[in-house]
Amino acid sequence: MTEADIKTKLTAIFRDVFDDDSIVLRDDMTADDIPEWDSMSHVTLVVATEQTFGIKFRTAEIEEMHDVGDFVRLIGAKVEGKAA
Amino acid sequence: MALANERLDHLKTVKLDRRLRKLFPDEPPKGIPTVPVRLAILSSSTVDHLLPSLRVGALRHGIWLGTQLGDYGQYAQELQDPAAAIHQYRPTCVLFAFDARHMLRGIDVTAGADEAEAWLEATVADLARHWQLGRQQFDCKVIQQTILPVFPTLFGNNEQRLPGSAAALLSRLNQRLRASADAHGIELLAIDEQATQDGLQTWYDPALWHRGKQEVHPNATPVYGDMLGRLLAAYQGRSRKCLVLDLDNTLWGGVIGDDGLTGILIGNGNSVGEAFIEFQSYARALSRRGIILAVCSKNDEKNALEPFEKHPEMVLKRNDIACFVANWSDKASNIREIAQRLNIGLDSLVFVDDNPFEREIVRRELPMVAVPEIPEDPALYSRVVAAAGYFEGVHLTAEDRERTAQYQATLQRNSLAATVTDLPSYLRSLEMRMVWTRFDTIGLQRIVQLVNKTNQFNLTTRRTTTEEVEHIIADPRSLSLQMRLIDRFGDNGIISIIAGSLAGGGGIGADLGGPQAGPGDIVLHTWLMSCRVLGRGVEQAALDLVIAEGKRLQARRLIGVYKPTPKNDMTRRLYAELGFAALEPEGDIERWVLQLDGAEPKPTSIQIIEG
Repeated sequence: MTEADIKTKLTAIFRDVFDDDSIVLRDDMTADDIPEWDSMSHVTLVVATEQTFGIKFRTAEIEEMHDVGDFVRLIGAKVEGKAA
Repeated sequence: MALANERLDHLKTVKLDRRLRKLFPDEPPKGIPTVPVRLAILSSSTVDHLLPSLRVGALRHGIWLGTQLGDYGQYAQELQDPAAAIHQYRPTCVLFAFDARHMLRGIDVTAGADEAEAWLEATVADLARHWQLGRQQFDCKVIQQTILPVFPTLFGNNEQRLPGSAAALLSRLNQRLRASADAHGIELLAIDEQATQDGLQTWYDPALWHRGKQEVHPNATPVYGDMLGRLLAAYQGRSRKCLVLDLDNTLWGGVIGDDGLTGILIGNGNSVGEAFIEFQSYARALSRRGIILAVCSKNDEKNALEPFEKHPEMVLKRNDIACFVANWSDKASNIREIAQRLNIGLDSLVFVDDNPFEREIVRRELPMVAVPEIPEDPALYSRVVAAAGYFEGVHLTAEDRERTAQYQATLQRNSLAATVTDLPSYLRSLEMRMVWTRFDTIGLQRIVQLVNKTNQFNLTTRRTTTEEVEHIIADPRSLSLQMRLIDRFGDNGIISIIAGSLAGGGGIGADLGGPQAGPGDIVLHTWLMSCRVLGRGVEQAALDLVIAEGKRLQARRLIGVYKPTPKNDMTRRLYAELGFAALEPEGDIERWVLQLDGAEPKPTSIQIIEG
């Protein structure tokens, strides 16, 4: 799966979770950029992402995620690890 | 209501909830015949993520739910402080949702047996005080969520020997809660049981607890909401009251009308028969706790009753069935009839049928009837019906019972308004295609088998052999049709066989035409159909094919033959209904005639394709 594929899928998840079809993801995007991105929707986001990509995040990994770029890279690494 | 059979995941639930709240921000939609519920949730940890599932779960059970969340861990103060938000909200129901760690505060693993016992007593008493406080303040229903068994064992299989173990304490606490709930007349929301069934990992993820103090996993919230919805619906007398059962391949394996009493699969010695026994036992157990049983079957009543009266392995007996309807009408009409006879609302019924065609017509015509999507394996029937929670029970006060009766009366009036099954539009929606060929060697074995086992929709019950069918295949002057029906549920396989011979040429079965058949007449010595596809216009579509084939063979007339047997009464009127004219009967054999000249195909909902 390429980074572009991941971003396409992740964009769909973001749009679903925040109910906003105008969301376009940028690597430096953080919770400050989306008003509805609070701790509760964050969990929804993580769970939906885990489900969509068939992966599982570790607690520490989620702690270390600071922006969308981190998120995409982490998904990429997990998906690759799963395929290997 | 259309959502009744779909399992929603957490995100879909959140989205649905968002839509609903946008559409109906202030007031519930009109036409919901139940009383809206204002639910206050008093919790010890994060439960915000439950709210969409609670609202959607309630609505799936016909209840409009408003929610109000107290501050975490502040429930004791909030209950007693008249200035707290919960008092402004005036809840009609309070849900206590406490996490395992909160419950276990004040005790640890070093506790001995006496200390553990004292702690249990005190904890149960403390909860009961809160229940009473809630009831006093708001005059409302009280629901206590049981405690999720999130802790690992320390001792192992015999954890009970370590009195201070968290796992052992929670297990004992959940037991005590049951007795206490009954003593105080409150309801439990038994998520401990549900988590045991589903597996704890689907309900609880330690990572989510550490991250946001969410004890219930987001993916489990739809089930949580559904469980609450059942309880709230049950309070208002909206639990289902009657289980309506199909017979063939639902209560036993096989078709009683064709396979006969000794041919159906029920009971010992066969794993499929055992599975049907178990489903019958489940239905019988439900009837012993007050659920009404009814039968709705496409069968001759005499055949349908036979296993109940004569088969030694049947668990269900005739007197277990409050209303027994077996005939050849469409099932939606029969289910209306059952509701009327039992004098209960259609929304009290659950209909179980192995045939997707029947399930779909009932869903379409009677959306208020619950129709579970049951799997093909009868071994799973009970589990699927039970998991849907249709028959949730609650302890009711006398006052509640009156209220329930009032609801029932209104609902019954509403639900009886529409009483005509719109069969034509349903049939059109099925996208039926009938693929036909003349007899061929590929179909040979199946044709012989069908001709020799079909008893009900069989005009002459004339049996055949492989040699005879081979002869028909080779004879260009004979008429033969095998028809397969495909619809949007799938391929029904070969569902009808028709064969005929020209009279006077010594052809197979031509003698059935009797003295009235002459040169240029085709005698239809075999006409049979699977009862599964009854009422779908297959007979008319088949006749159109017979007419076309008759014309191709340059015949003048079709001679239809009806030879009565104890099982084929349902076909007595077939030729009359298809527009044939009656000839003089010969003994009990009836003959019918149709002139081919001028006979035209009639429109049906079935597209005919030569295969």
